[in-house]
Amino acid sequence: MGFDPVQISAEWLRNLFLGWGASEGLTEVLLKFIGAFLVATVVMLVFVLLTWVERKGAARFQDRIGPNRVGPFGLVQPIADALKMLTKEDTRPAGADTVSYVLAPIIAVFSVLMAWAVIPFTEKWIGADLSVGVLYIAAVGSFGIVSVMMAGWSSNNKYSLIGAFRGVAQLISYEVPLFLSLLVPVFLARSMGINSIVYAQGEGGVWFILMAPLAALIYFVSSMAEVGRAPFDLLEAESEIVAGYHIEYSGIKFGLFQAAEFLHSFTFAALMAILFFGGWRGPWADQYMLLGLVYFLIKTSIFYLVIIWSRLTFPRVRIDHLMNLNWKFMVPVSLILLMGMPLIDYATRLQDNWVRVVAQLGFNLVLGVVAFSLAAREDRRQNKRERIVFEGRPVAVMPKAPAPEEETAA
Amino acid sequence: MEPIQVVFLIGAALVLIPAVMVVTRSNLIHAALFLIVALFGVAMIFVLLEAFYWAVIQVVVYIGAIAIMIIMAIMVTRDVTGETHKSFNKNVVWAGLLGLLSVGTLLWALNEWPTFSAEVQLSPVDSQLVIEELGVMFFSGQGYLIPSIVASVLLLAALIAAIKIAFPIKQEEEE
Repeated sequence: MGFDPVQISAEWLRNLFLGWGASEGLTEVLLKFIGAFLVATVVMLVFVLLTWVERKGAARFQDRIGPNRVGPFGLVQPIADALKMLTKEDTRPAGADTVSYVLAPIIAVFSVLMAWAVIPFTEKWIGADLSVGVLYIAAVGSFGIVSVMMAGWSSNNKYSLIGAFRGVAQLISYEVPLFLSLLVPVFLARSMGINSIVYAQGEGGVWFILMAPLAALIYFVSSMAEVGRAPFDLLEAESEIVAGYHIEYSGIKFGLFQAAEFLHSFTFAALMAILFFGGWRGPWADQYMLLGLVYFLIKTSIFYLVIIWSRLTFPRVRIDHLMNLNWKFMVPVSLILLMGMPLIDYATRLQDNWVRVVAQLGFNLVLGVVAFSLAAREDRRQNKRERIVFEGRPVAVMPKAPAPEEETAA
Repeated sequence: MEPIQVVFLIGAALVLIPAVMVVTRSNLIHAALFLIVALFGVAMIFVLLEAFYWAVIQVVVYIGAIAIMIIMAIMVTRDVTGETHKSFNKNVVWAGLLGLLSVGTLLWALNEWPTFSAEVQLSPVDSQLVIEELGVMFFSGQGYLIPSIVASVLLLAALIAAIKIAFPIKQEEEE
């Protein structure tokens, strides 16, 4: 099994509390609180590091150097950033709804941190191995929508309200393909437990990316939209609605929203690694458990870098393109995928394992090629039509100029 | 007092206090937000009963879908800034009487129920198996096949109707 520092420290703490005269039940509760606190703290510390990765990565993509003054490679920069954010003035707009205004950023972070309760870092390091883990992640994600709504409404600002409406429309729409593609690994593993999904990709199984690459792609794209980062950052589009739902937030509260956004991307990267790339699985991870942590972090970091990469590469999509991509492409494709894969699985139930994998892979690839070529054809037709007909776009109406008499009177 | 009892009391308070707030707040959006807290408390009670599936479903369906829809509906139909309305009118007496009557009936009925006050021995259940059983029940002829089909047809009809309403009316504009 190998060396397990968490197990050892938990045992030590348990004996300590029992030695102090705490009852059995109280000890359990205290240990759970400490565990939850540790997971939350570690994840929040990851956020500090992620800001550095983001700035450094963005700089490299834009042919700059990025933070390089504080510490080696600018590694201490995030601490300076965090201090700056904490000491900034905490403003509150006049007419804001105080309780919702303060609660919104807290709920945003809460919804992300809750998901880490069921994410296995290694084989044993998992907060709670729920039998409905995947569904749980879907559930806590819905608090994020509530926080967007609360922030947008309570700020007493038209722009933030528009941002919130856009945000909720986008988040609700992209939840559909997100959950539909989440169901594919659930079906392949025959379980909703996160750790069971990882186990199913081990002995006798393959990483689910080999059986369902199309589902993985849909999951990845819709999770990026769900986080609301570029290219899907319409809910905070600076050029149109200033900064979206968190326009009125400053200081630590804005910091919390930023933490929620960064950690949300990191969480989805971790889920991508777990659901489609075997999580903590890798050579010798069964013997040495800590090696599993290394594999998990490497896989997660790769996907996080891909998210940054696409963020810095693609321009922001237009709102109608966004909705078209979702409802006319990703939802139908993921529905067909969800219907087709069990049929393929049933048809090949008597075959060897590798035949079944190849059959699923073939189905995914064929469906992907067909869907993408259909979409490309539709796109070409749309472009042609748009070039001929140059109307029908909503434009801002210019207010009427005041009559000249009034001007002279004034 | 056992820690789990403390957790239960917190959960119960999270259901009851916001539930009262929902009906007494004059700001509709505040009422909707309190409704979310109350629903979250119900999910907490489900967790205490080790019914994780129901807890999660409670959050997905009620908070993730219904509460959001209620807030959207309020924001679209009423003044978005959350104007205040009087939450009591002259029917408050009759409504209160009816409420008390139904609570009383429920309490009486539960008291008549022989197993209500009996101590229940909780046996550890494999929740994975429970969900599997539930899934089989939904799609077996002995179980709930017909109700689930009827419900899905109903939902499909609602979806089609929604698309029909949302579709732009082209022919009328041309004429």
